[in-house]
Amino acid sequence: MSPLPTTKPKLAIFGAASCGGCDIAIVNIHEHILEVAAVFDIVLWPTVTDGKYSDIEAMADGEITVSLINGSMRTDETVHLARLLRRKSQFLVAFGSCASEGCIPGLANLSSREQILDTVYSTDSTENPDRVRPRWQVGIPEGVLDLPEFEPMLRTLDQVVDVDYTIPGCPPESDQIWAVLQALVAALDGTGPLPPRGSILGAGDSTVCDECERKRDVKRINKFVRITSQASFDPEICLLEQGLPCNGPATRNGCGAKCPAAGAPCIGCYGPAEGAADFGARLMSAYASVIQADKPEAIDAALNGIVDPAGQFYRFSLAHSLLRGSRAAWKTDGEH
Amino acid sequence: MNAAPVSPVPTEVDLQTVFEPTVIGFTCNWCSYRAADLAGTARTKYPPNVRLIRLMCSGRLDPAFVLKAFAEGADAVMITGCHPGECHYIEQNLKALRRFRLLRRTLEALGIEPQRVQLVWASAAEGVHIAAEIARVTDEVRALGPLDWPADAAADTGINLDSAWEATGGQEAELAPAEAEQAPEADR
Repeated sequence: MSPLPTTKPKLAIFGAASCGGCDIAIVNIHEHILEVAAVFDIVLWPTVTDGKYSDIEAMADGEITVSLINGSMRTDETVHLARLLRRKSQFLVAFGSCASEGCIPGLANLSSREQILDTVYSTDSTENPDRVRPRWQVGIPEGVLDLPEFEPMLRTLDQVVDVDYTIPGCPPESDQIWAVLQALVAALDGTGPLPPRGSILGAGDSTVCDECERKRDVKRINKFVRITSQASFDPEICLLEQGLPCNGPATRNGCGAKCPAAGAPCIGCYGPAEGAADFGARLMSAYASVIQADKPEAIDAALNGIVDPAGQFYRFSLAHSLLRGSRAAWKTDGEH
Repeated sequence: MNAAPVSPVPTEVDLQTVFEPTVIGFTCNWCSYRAADLAGTARTKYPPNVRLIRLMCSGRLDPAFVLKAFAEGADAVMITGCHPGECHYIEQNLKALRRFRLLRRTLEALGIEPQRVQLVWASAAEGVHIAAEIARVTDEVRALGPLDWPADAAADTGINLDSAWEATGGQEAELAPAEAEQAPEADR
């Protein structure tokens, strides 16, 4: 039943509300995964191994050396498991954008729970004649079933439990993951330093612009535009200075600036740059600085090119921003 | 509007029932702060709802200041500065204008009414004007009602603004009025 006892440090990898991309990114370290399995006893990794929650519950507190949690806190079940892993782990790592800042699922914080359920269950294109809605408790002949409750607001891992380290990225780059794992192993061996608690691992301490090869000059823009074809943009000049809403100025480096190199604006998946208290605030300042106009009407005309400001400025970081969501979402939270 | 409308002294009943908004007012060292100072010297009354914070320039206003004000319970934010063309730092007030137009759109998408963020220009001579504008904004926000952003929004984010500002090289000095007092003031 229970695995053979080993003296290897224990590793748990858990995905909460996530797309699975973080698990793929870990597997993308290729054959190095065998070295990970050689060094660590992988006690939980639902995507890859068959460790059971009951095995974790049976462990002593702090028995797991490192837990990597990806995904955000969407249901009370994920919150429960995050708390369980926190208790059982010496080091808890917020792995990837969802765990550290909410990511795409965090955009749900723009809407109330009711609005979200309406969209899913009650649109014209939804076949749902009985108006079925999810329930958190269901009576069946054998008794009452408790099901994971969809919480009114999505939360990040550090809004639920104490987090020791953060690895940003959607998903984190695999070479960065491997470097972090090697550093952790070295620290456990005593052959390398343990990063200070609270550190951001597997990323730089500057911005994507810093890694971007494109040339910047003082050019000012008259309007923001969307990409329709690569041909209409200069391959060497800064995308923002060509009017493309590029999130590079507010985004932490570490990805290698691959998107702007390929002609696509940075979308900000590595989270706020060092020192940026609020990703959107930093980006709004940057965008405002490249606009040429100085009359309100002309400024508005330039800004009309940003059709969805909340989505542009908080695509990945809404749940971890200063306001954390819209007023409608907070209202549901209050009624909860 | 030339003279600031002065609200009648509230009765005890008013004090219990009338919603009194909290307005955070960011002023610039060279124009709008002096306008508010002039209003005080000239005994021009304006509502005590406003809490003025002096920056060196409206261009120093990081949109994060406004977001933090809302997250910590402000009902409205006034951004004030020198008139266009009169900025002590040439054109930084125009940067403030661009940020303000953009910030207002973003806040609207988050369900915060545009009247809750207002931009007002006031020269150092316009004490009566800034007092009237503070009264106008306060009245508009009183009519809108409280914003009531949950108190745990700011506390629980995991964001430490103080350390974030330290990381940018301690630029928080311009935030604190006590520090700003020590800034060189040419005409004193």
